[in-house]
Amino acid sequence: MTETTLPGFARLGLVRAGYELKQFFREREQVIFVFSLPVVLLMLFGSVFEGEWDGTGVTVAEVYTAGMIGAGVLAVSFQNLGISIAMEREDGTLKRLAGTPMPPASYFLGKILSVLVMGVCELVLLLTVAVLLYGLELPSDWLTLGWVLTLGLAAGCLLGIAVSSLPRSARSASAVVTLPFLVLQFISGVFIPFTELPAWLVNVSSIFPLKWMCQGVRSVILGPGGESLEMTGSYELGRVALVLGAWVVGGLVLCLITFRWKSRRDG
Amino acid sequence: METAVRVKGLTRSYGQVRAVRGVDFEIRRGEIFALLGPNGAGKSTTVEILEGHRSRDGGEVSVLGVDPRQATRRWRSRLGIVLQNSVDVPEATVREVVRHFATYYPNPNDPDRVIEQVGLAEQADRRIRQLSGGQRRRVDVALGVVGNPELLFLDEPTTGFDPEARRTFWELIRSLEHTTILLTTHYLEEAEALADRVAVIAAGRVVAEGHPRTLGGRASAKATVSWADGIEETDMPAKTVVRLMERYGGEVPELRVTRPTLEDTYLRLIEENAS
Repeated sequence: MTETTLPGFARLGLVRAGYELKQFFREREQVIFVFSLPVVLLMLFGSVFEGEWDGTGVTVAEVYTAGMIGAGVLAVSFQNLGISIAMEREDGTLKRLAGTPMPPASYFLGKILSVLVMGVCELVLLLTVAVLLYGLELPSDWLTLGWVLTLGLAAGCLLGIAVSSLPRSARSASAVVTLPFLVLQFISGVFIPFTELPAWLVNVSSIFPLKWMCQGVRSVILGPGGESLEMTGSYELGRVALVLGAWVVGGLVLCLITFRWKSRRDG
Repeated sequence: METAVRVKGLTRSYGQVRAVRGVDFEIRRGEIFALLGPNGAGKSTTVEILEGHRSRDGGEVSVLGVDPRQATRRWRSRLGIVLQNSVDVPEATVREVVRHFATYYPNPNDPDRVIEQVGLAEQADRRIRQLSGGQRRRVDVALGVVGNPELLFLDEPTTGFDPEARRTFWELIRSLEHTTILLTTHYLEEAEALADRVAVIAAGRVVAEGHPRTLGGRASAKATVSWADGIEETDMPAKTVVRLMERYGGEVPELRVTRPTLEDTYLRLIEENAS
């Protein structure tokens, strides 16, 4: 028999991404679950609170748009992967894949690429809502927005993959992943401005990536006028890059330590 | 003949439980080999070790000349695995899933031909969620063979099938010529219909191995002759029947001549070897 070459890891990663996205967009409930919450919340907050932040020229809608973009990117990466991979582990999908010659790296690449597409969809969706309903001006600093969201998405993906190993079953995955994510949104300045939160809560949220991602997004959406709303009076983009980068590295290590192809019940 | 699988002195414990206590067997290339045994006998553990899904404590294992501990992509591309639970991608069509899995392999079979072979040509563009349990199992087999494997693992492939579906499924398996198959099953009938050789695992050991017709001395076991008012175990059943015909002056009422079925033999082996 002639020796044939195995299909390359990057090509299989692309194939996986296409396959996953097709499944994802066909499951209407899942699409709604992943995309809708940030959009609905943006519309709610945008309707409830109107006007400008005292003397800054920053509108409330801008603040919430920035927060929801940060939260939305984490929803499609961290929350989505944390739950969907836990389910794939439970229903034997992962075990089936582990029995094929598809390299694990292609599986992860496929996940990350498909999340990237979902993240872009979420971003476009949120910006469209903000522009149409609340007269947001489209941001000009796409470069900063790009690196902040890319780093945040990478950290979210890796942490999502890692957290998927925590729930004992697929049924509990939604709770195990959603609750901490929701709490994190409250303490990271997504729903409630930092100025309203006790210092110790802000310190807690400063450990996690969401706060920094939102801060980076605010620097683009709100511009210099919003700087006075930050805890330190500045957007600290250097620290944003540092903390998000650290989470990418930490998330990768966590993934490598915790990832399992089989469910606990399966040993 | 070449050996596809060689297992020698295989052991595996879970905590205090010694699930596999020295299993030995060999599978030759091209044959269908069935592993039989009650739940908890060590069957699944053994198969999972061969598939590279589970570690072992001791013993030697060679699958297509490779120790599953050193599993490589190249080695995996030569195997096909049909797990106990069915594929779960409700929104994909049969053709999409089979085509997708084909891209994993260096030398795959034509997906459309595989779909036809498993008898799903008409359902090829249906979504997985629209299929019956039996049809899903056919998809599993399609995914198992689309990579053109030299060795196919079939783990309880027909559990939950009605008798007719089971028989058509057997035809499908028989049509996979030249593929070495390791089959595990709860259905003795299935092993008898498909397997060239069977091995019975009980309490973590192989307690009997052979052709389904001769397993455990089945062929040479005494026959049972029963009729309306008597029953007799004998080595020479024909002689007994002749004697009975003379006694009844013709037909013997309710005459039956039986030898132990594979199931009788299997149950005896399991009982004798209970842990």
